[in-house]
Amino acid sequence: MEMRSPLSRVRGLGAAHEGVAHWWAQRLTGVALVPLTLWFIWAMSGLLGADLAAMKAWIGMGQNAVLLILLIVAGMHHAQLGLQVVIEDYVHAEGTKTVSLVLVKLGAVFLGAINIFAVLKLTFGS
Amino acid sequence: MARRERPLSPHLQVYRPQITSVLSITHRMTGIALAGGILILTYWLTAATYGADAFATAQAVIGSWVGQVVLWGLLFSLYYHLGNGIRHLMWDAGSGFDLPSVRRTGMLVVLFAVVMTAATLGCAYFVIGG
Repeated sequence: MEMRSPLSRVRGLGAAHEGVAHWWAQRLTGVALVPLTLWFIWAMSGLLGADLAAMKAWIGMGQNAVLLILLIVAGMHHAQLGLQVVIEDYVHAEGTKTVSLVLVKLGAVFLGAINIFAVLKLTFGS
Repeated sequence: MARRERPLSPHLQVYRPQITSVLSITHRMTGIALAGGILILTYWLTAATYGADAFATAQAVIGSWVGQVVLWGLLFSLYYHLGNGIRHLMWDAGSGFDLPSVRRTGMLVVLFAVVMTAATLGCAYFVIGG
């Protein structure tokens, strides 16, 4: 006998009420990060010990600023999704868990904004 | 409410490490390390917006021997997490679940991470000259 209501079945969200959104976002950002991180390693190896002028010249070249922003967005999203699971798995005190999750989620947005702003400033600023 | 201490499963003190469990927890640890690496990227980018002196300081801190050792660790973490992430995507696609495949792809990921880390460091130190 089907115990779930037709509405519950068609929504397909399951017991956690969020379906596969977390899982899917983790995979999607993961796939995006494969080329982005490889590009990042290659790019950074060219900036070892560089001065600010060389760094600004690099960031203004081609699509470097765009790729850097994409890396930051995908990386921050992927990281906070992963840290969320780690916290949910290991932190069992309800209060500490909630506070940790809030810090990770808000911290990711904060760091993401700081990094994107820095890239834009280095690209367009004085 | 008083909580009773209950035995944990698996009992980690007496549990023999297996390639499956060791690689799994390594995936998590490298992921956490890489999340920490974002803080270094943030410091590096932010320092650049504060001017040439701040950026030179950041480059010196990251280029110090402590900074270099941290970067080696992050580099290995990235290659490992990337390789094992692709292994996870393969599992998501429904293949490679039998034990021989799990062992083979696991060893392949470790080999990939070690070789790529060594190759990248080799390029950085000997070709580019860091």
